[in-house]
Amino acid sequence: MKKVKADPKGVLTGSHYLDGDHSLAEGGLAAGCRFFAGYPITPSTETAERFSERIPTVGGVFIQMEDELGSIAALIGASWAGKKVMTVTSGPGFSLMMENIGLACMMETPIVIANVQRGGPSTGLPTLTGQQDMMQARWGSHGDYEIIALSPDSPQECFDLTIEAFNLAEMFRVPTFVMTDECIGHMHEKVVIPPAEEIELVERKWYTGPKEKYLPYKPDKDLVPFMIKAGDGYRFHTTGLTRDERGYPVINAECQDVCVRHLVDKINKNADKIIKLKEEEIDNAEIIVISYGITSRVAIKAVQKARKAGIKVGTLRLITVWPFPEKRIKELAKKIKAFVFPEINCGQVVLEVERCSWGQTQVIHVPHCGGWVHNPDDIFNAIKEAAK
Amino acid sequence: MTEIRFSGFGGQGIIRCGLIAGKALALFDNKHSTMTQSFGPEARGSACSSQLVVSDDRVLYPYITIPEILISMSQEAYDKYETELRNDGILIIDKDLVKPKPLRGKIKMYAIPSTRFAEELGNRIFANLVMMGFFTAITKIVSPEAMKKALPGLVPDRFLDLNIKAFDMGYDYGEKILKEKKQRKT
Amino acid sequence: MKKEDQLEEKNPIEDLLRMDRIPHIWCPGCGIGTVVTSFIEALKKSKLDLDKVVVVSGIGCTGRVAGYVKLDSFHTTHGRAVPFATGLKLANPELNVVVFSGDGDIAGIGGNHFIHAARRNMDITIICVNNFNYAMTGGQVAATTPLGANASTAPYGNFEFPFSLPYLADAAGATYIARWTALHLRRVTKSIQEALSRRGFSFIEVITPCVTLYARRNRLGDGLNLLKYYYDNSEIHHGADTRTLDISYQGKLVVGKFVDKEKPTFLDAMNEHLGKVLGDKYVLYGRINDDRD
Repeated sequence: MKKVKADPKGVLTGSHYLDGDHSLAEGGLAAGCRFFAGYPITPSTETAERFSERIPTVGGVFIQMEDELGSIAALIGASWAGKKVMTVTSGPGFSLMMENIGLACMMETPIVIANVQRGGPSTGLPTLTGQQDMMQARWGSHGDYEIIALSPDSPQECFDLTIEAFNLAEMFRVPTFVMTDECIGHMHEKVVIPPAEEIELVERKWYTGPKEKYLPYKPDKDLVPFMIKAGDGYRFHTTGLTRDERGYPVINAECQDVCVRHLVDKINKNADKIIKLKEEEIDNAEIIVISYGITSRVAIKAVQKARKAGIKVGTLRLITVWPFPEKRIKELAKKIKAFVFPEINCGQVVLEVERCSWGQTQVIHVPHCGGWVHNPDDIFNAIKEAAK
Repeated sequence: MTEIRFSGFGGQGIIRCGLIAGKALALFDNKHSTMTQSFGPEARGSACSSQLVVSDDRVLYPYITIPEILISMSQEAYDKYETELRNDGILIIDKDLVKPKPLRGKIKMYAIPSTRFAEELGNRIFANLVMMGFFTAITKIVSPEAMKKALPGLVPDRFLDLNIKAFDMGYDYGEKILKEKKQRKT
Repeated sequence: MKKEDQLEEKNPIEDLLRMDRIPHIWCPGCGIGTVVTSFIEALKKSKLDLDKVVVVSGIGCTGRVAGYVKLDSFHTTHGRAVPFATGLKLANPELNVVVFSGDGDIAGIGGNHFIHAARRNMDITIICVNNFNYAMTGGQVAATTPLGANASTAPYGNFEFPFSLPYLADAAGATYIARWTALHLRRVTKSIQEALSRRGFSFIEVITPCVTLYARRNRLGDGLNLLKYYYDNSEIHHGADTRTLDISYQGKLVVGKFVDKEKPTFLDAMNEHLGKVLGDKYVLYGRINDDRD
């Protein structure tokens, strides 16, 4: 893995007062994103607006496509032409992108998609928050595949985790999602952008061997194949069909097994390298509150109250939601009385916690249908209930 | 922790007020501040608002719940938001645009003809900065230096001086009112 | 066996084909292969650096072209070849990007992308093989099926008005537009050559026989019968008003080069406009030495 410093041209070093949407754009620019294709959709539009304003003085292209189907197709094309690429969207646009998210997985193409989640289903709540696209990020395209999804809890993390998302996308040749939400997207806070030389970027795993020996989908030791780009004289082929190491379609169960298993293993077997969690006061905890994104901040309010009431509560924040930290949750399930899991949906990522708990411990979900963040008291009551 | 709501009607620069104060606090006064605003159809009507949560520690819950400071620059905004103000909160209004009800609880009210002052400066678009100066003097939540430092980037460069002038006008008026109140007490 | 009786060992265009993927999947009598031959001949005649030529296909019979040409080639999703190509071109303006796909892919499911890429004058070439139906899935009615023609999802005949693709491309802003049939191979080659040498959005429609489905369902005979139909009914009319190019069932086929004009491409316009507005602050993007017209 080759690491390089960020290009200072894209890095707006300094302290800023920014909302999450603008920070996503700055994160992308700092990460070296020089191609952005998007379509306006509330509450994510500000990211596209900022990119369109900033990119002409940085060097790169912004294009507003005719729809989200076009945005993501353009992204995959641009990535294969060698650029770092990103787009931003929200629920309905995310739904439209699903088919080509599968194509990006199949073609093993690094792309970054930020989803500023709003309440759904359908048009739902364009201007109000939700965390209801978490399972869609994981399973939304047809077929079996694995992706990476990160969940920032602040405008600062919208910046930080967008850079991280680019690094992971490039490292694993996989679509990587920044799953933020309307609340963070539209919330202004202090965002510190470090100097370019302090931002470490992962360079794409370019192939450097002899041309005639190049195989686009031959896994390396870390399971990630080397990449090349269009125009370099390899005369390669790639397809959305099930394909062999040459990138040629092979339509049978044997090739499917190798191809799909590879797509899944590439992420799952590298899960330990990918997953980031933030744990606090876990060691003596009887109850662990699991959360991600904006909800993890609200949850701390409840946790503070519970601690005052004498309950031993720890917190676990999923900075990486996908791949899911199975191992860690299984380990913790054996030690504690209950997990409490608030999320702004009717029960999505909590299903993973239930699966990993295997009946070893209680899992109490604190649902919220979207439109606002939790009332901390609802989480507190769940903790109290769990401690009984 | 302090929760503040800036309110008025669209076009008065109410969102800008939240941004200026939030930026001043977070970047130049060493505080944590989280600014949110209403979006969408509900934000288009006549009552417009931005909210600020200020704290020495990280802001966890991003929205205001029971604000202790309410700034109202229109009657409709006042009518809509006055009821949520804390019983011992501070109410700041534009004297000419808001007719307040009798004060409840221990709420303290401060009034300024911010729009009229702005007109004296040549344009009523500076009313929000007059109000910001007044708010800074009355509440002492944020320093006037930080507020002024926060302006570049949030007001057009060519109007920076006038905005500072407007701010000072409101700030001085606020100091004057505080002094008068003190004198009346003694 | 005498030497002259032996089959020639090498296909003359095989250096630009993925011979390890031949035989191809197309039916006997299908016209797609002949369009591929024309395309490769046009490439050979052009002075382009073939390492910089990229082929993007969508889904369908013609969608398989990307898999057979020995160039950088992408077989993408249904309807999305044009935006995929847009991404490639914008990310690396040195590439010559060719979309090679069918009428269903380009004008049906991908119609929106098609008109918008034309509107922006995206600097790509589109070769659209029009066989009047969705063949890969078994001969369903398409946006190009002539009125009255039979299709598997129009078993009583088609009653929907079809698109005239050159007219659509013209209305949307394409700067090069031609239409030929699979019979006009030299002309197809020449048009592709021209399109590749033009800056801007070039569109070439090639009407081809679908013997297995369209022709059989409509009892039009075999490939030879269809070529005869093209021969008898094609009228070359360069510069024809694109409003007059409707195709009726087994009717007259107006072919030719209809549009060949200049207009700034997306990138030209972007560079010019942003350069003018932003002055020295603007970082010029992707301006390349381009010896094309």
